[in-house]
Amino acid sequence: MSVLVPTSLDGALQALADHPDATVLAGGTDLMVEFNGGHRRPSDVVVVNRVPELCTWRHDPATSTLRIGAAVTYAEIESEPIATWVPALAQAARTVGSPQIRHAATIGGNVGTCSPAGDGLPVLAALDALVELTSAAGVRTVPFAEFMVGPKRTTRAAGELITAVTVPVLDGWQGYTKVGVRNAMVIATASVALAVSNADRRVALALGSVGPTILRCPEAEAFAAEHADFAAGRLAADAVAACSELVRDTARPIDDHRSSADYRRHAVGVLAGRLLRRAFPHE
Amino acid sequence: MSDPGNLAYTLHVNGAPHDVRDAWVGESLLFVLRERLGLMGSKGACEQGECGSCSVLVDGNLVCSCLVLAAGAVGQDIVTIEGISPGAPSDVQQAFVDAGAVQCGFCTPGLVMAAHSLLDRSPDPSELEIREELSGNICRCTGYGRIIDAVQRVAVARRSAS
Repeated sequence: MSVLVPTSLDGALQALADHPDATVLAGGTDLMVEFNGGHRRPSDVVVVNRVPELCTWRHDPATSTLRIGAAVTYAEIESEPIATWVPALAQAARTVGSPQIRHAATIGGNVGTCSPAGDGLPVLAALDALVELTSAAGVRTVPFAEFMVGPKRTTRAAGELITAVTVPVLDGWQGYTKVGVRNAMVIATASVALAVSNADRRVALALGSVGPTILRCPEAEAFAAEHADFAAGRLAADAVAACSELVRDTARPIDDHRSSADYRRHAVGVLAGRLLRRAFPHE
Repeated sequence: MSDPGNLAYTLHVNGAPHDVRDAWVGESLLFVLRERLGLMGSKGACEQGECGSCSVLVDGNLVCSCLVLAAGAVGQDIVTIEGISPGAPSDVQQAFVDAGAVQCGFCTPGLVMAAHSLLDRSPDPSELEIREELSGNICRCTGYGRIIDAVQRVAVARRSAS
């Protein structure tokens, strides 16, 4: 039984190579709840939020991308300058827990836990984010859609560390919205992320908490892109309604202790409609 | 959380080193503060980061100590309610008394930590900002009005003093 606190990426990778079954802990806001409740009995823990390489972000104007280190906290993501580059991710960050939670919780931890209710995840899905996984053997990047394969199930292999996510910096409106039982400190009952690329004339929609993974909405996206006037920010009211219907049809919600499938299906339609109206304010 | 353990490490709490022995791997900072170091000011209630009554500063960041792995906080600067203003009430603590922002008192240490954290970063917060910044601290007695009043009193007093 050990707790390892590496202070370099090489040290973290070595710790994971030595203890491939170790529990990786970043901000602790998911794992500590399980430790405290006795739901998980860790043997070896590798703490990664003191690794400087994981705590930095890099904006590359040449490729219009932002690489966010896995241990960057949601407090940083909700702030400038990241909020300017990826506004939807900043909005999602603002809805995570409380200030105390956001000071600790990391984007890499959100990705690593990979709950369908993870607030950052619909944004990463809508942006076609790349998840960077590093091990002693090397680095690989996986599209988010291939990384998340089920509720809290990912394609991360033993010995691999989530080191970063890379997202595009887009030229269009983007946002994230969710419903829960109240405004603060709430886990999403249903959530939607929307991202517009004016250059590519594309609309991306991703749904959280209404399926085993984050769900993209190819039919609604294609319909919106076809009917939108990107330059004028225009989308007819009946087109918004039709998109909402397509979003509802895409959802695969379940009944559980937080909500009913019927409510979740209704909610994602409403949320998608609101986001489309904000993205395209003119009818 | 009374599991036998074999960890030994040192935490820096309120400016002084504190040795921890025979600790279990998964112990939270809150548990270690209260049960091993005898610092009872940080309160434990929800154990899942929802109530804020265990709020402390770790390297200057307000966090829930119940969600900090104690053995992972080695080398970090931890400040608890006991270390905010040893010997005499801080301006925030005095304002809580003056404004009547304390009833049962259980949430008060966490709220005082959160108020210090807010006022140190934002000396002139709007009421909305105060509400947002204190949203991670649950009080079931006061209804928050007097707590917000206390924070605003400190902001005014600090501005007129500077």
